[in-house]
Amino acid sequence: MVLELRDICKDYMRGKMVVPVLKNINLTVDEGEYIAIMGPSGSGKTTLMNLIGCLDQPTSGKRILQGVDLDGVNDNRMADIRNRQIGFVFQNADLLPGLSALDNVALPLVYRGMRKKARRAKAADMLARVGLADRMDFKPNQLSGGQCQRVAIARAMVGDPSLLLADEPTGALDTQSGQQVMELFHHLNADGATIIMITHAPEVACCAQKTYLIRDGKIQKGGVTV
Amino acid sequence: MFENIGLSFQGIWNHKLRSLLTMLGIIIGIASIIAIVSTIKGTNEQIKQQLIGAGNNVVKVQLCQGGYQINLQYNSIPDGVGVLSEDTRAQLEELDGVLDVSLYRERTYVENVYRQNSAFNGTMRGIDSNYFDVNGYHLYLGRGFTQSDYENYSKVAILDQAAAESIFPGENPLGQILEIYQEPFTVVGVVAQRSTYEPQINSYEEYSLYVGSQSGAVYLPDTLWPIICQYDEPQTVDIQARSTDDMTSVGREAEEIINATLSVSDESDISYASTDVLEQAQQLQQLANATNQQLIWIASISLLVGGIGVMNIMLVTVTERTREIGLKKAIGARRSRILWQFLTEAAVLTSLGGVIGVLAGIGMAQVVSRVAGSPTAISVPATLIAVLFSMLIGVIFGLMPAVKAANLNPIDALRRE
Repeated sequence: MVLELRDICKDYMRGKMVVPVLKNINLTVDEGEYIAIMGPSGSGKTTLMNLIGCLDQPTSGKRILQGVDLDGVNDNRMADIRNRQIGFVFQNADLLPGLSALDNVALPLVYRGMRKKARRAKAADMLARVGLADRMDFKPNQLSGGQCQRVAIARAMVGDPSLLLADEPTGALDTQSGQQVMELFHHLNADGATIIMITHAPEVACCAQKTYLIRDGKIQKGGVTV
Repeated sequence: MFENIGLSFQGIWNHKLRSLLTMLGIIIGIASIIAIVSTIKGTNEQIKQQLIGAGNNVVKVQLCQGGYQINLQYNSIPDGVGVLSEDTRAQLEELDGVLDVSLYRERTYVENVYRQNSAFNGTMRGIDSNYFDVNGYHLYLGRGFTQSDYENYSKVAILDQAAAESIFPGENPLGQILEIYQEPFTVVGVVAQRSTYEPQINSYEEYSLYVGSQSGAVYLPDTLWPIICQYDEPQTVDIQARSTDDMTSVGREAEEIINATLSVSDESDISYASTDVLEQAQQLQQLANATNQQLIWIASISLLVGGIGVMNIMLVTVTERTREIGLKKAIGARRSRILWQFLTEAAVLTSLGGVIGVLAGIGMAQVVSRVAGSPTAISVPATLIAVLFSMLIGVIFGLMPAVKAANLNPIDALRRE
């Protein structure tokens, strides 16, 4: 089991009012699984992803990632967990504009203190896997949206994370680029990557092996109708 | 670390105008400090040079009572003070750092030197054969004193240029007769100082220091002194030191040697004292430093303003790059790494400003020196301190924005578009 969420609740304070966003979420993700979490906007999808991605703390409940209880883990340790266990892909690729594709991909390895030569070699391998071997020295503004997103996926995967988290990865792409990105996820999953994808588009969700639906802060299985 | 520095330079280059404007406060502050420091240093060296003279490094040791020179024109010779012997001269010559020694007798504002009916009111000195060498004079006209002048008590005189011009304006002084203490003296030579210099006179003390040399001097062989003035008159000593920095120690040691020859009671308060021009120069320098120190404080205010400017821009930068900070945190950057990144950026920015400021300051000092004619000297430690200090400003004023960046909540940071 890669990830287990037990009775996760998350409340936000709006002024003096407590607004519950997530209510008793239970979810388990096994190794090699490819799951999609769907829901209308405002349903708590992104909050759930932030909790899974160790960017936020739940109000109550337990998160266990690769056998480690994330309760009470300190800030630096949390950063290391994000660095080693989690790969993030955002809606916008969010590449650093000053860095080449290669250096963008190598960035998470910098935070591990890996030597320059080693991390560049690893990043180059990863860029080749996403089909951008010939674009290594390009700056983000010289790449198309789809290419940028593939660089971002390479950056997420370069550290061999146990969990790849994608938040609307095709949301900002045209259909064809989106198609290519979805294929890439499929290939990565076939090679053994565990993927959680958050989306509101059913045609994206149907690529996953399991789908969940969040509505009013509660999660339920299924719910895909194309 | 080095990557951070490289990225910082890239960031500065990407926002050329903004970076330049941000650095401007630092540049102006550092430039004015460097310009002031260079001018101080130049002025100090000028003071030292001018006060000490044309590089002869002469220390004058003279008989004093209660710290003031005893003028033997009006005072009798005190009890227990004798003529300095050749032994004493030999002792002085053997001191470390001494090049040459001259013993002579002196009347400043002399009253008994006439050419026909007009009086000469400059200085009269009875000198030994070393005097002109020690004080940097060379023969300009005629001849110097010969051995036979000393041995035969020849009534001959040598003038310096100022005296020659005031006593014999427009005439050839050689062969002319001067009446000194009712005795006729023949002028046989004129001497000139090897290098002349224009002293800057700012106080009465400096004025009296120079006035003797300004109104000219008449020189006689010292063997004639007892004939026209008084017997057994104690001499004044000019000691030429090897270097300017030796002057103080040479003066102190010479005082000791000469004072050992005195047999005066402690109450009389009579002793030989050296006129330490080096010390006087240092006092003047301190005065100059004190005024300029205040200028430096004023210039530092512009550094403070510059630092606040840097803080302001860094805060803007942090806000602008919130998304980038969020992303870096999401992919595993620790808080400390974000902190260092922004601190480095601020420090690189201000250090660069410091370097530009130093260059501009050196340029300013050169311009000031050209326009105002005051000398400048670049101080290497000052430039290094300036650059280090500007880096420090970056760290101090960059700290608050950097802490703000490091403490950004990644979720809030990522939500920002």
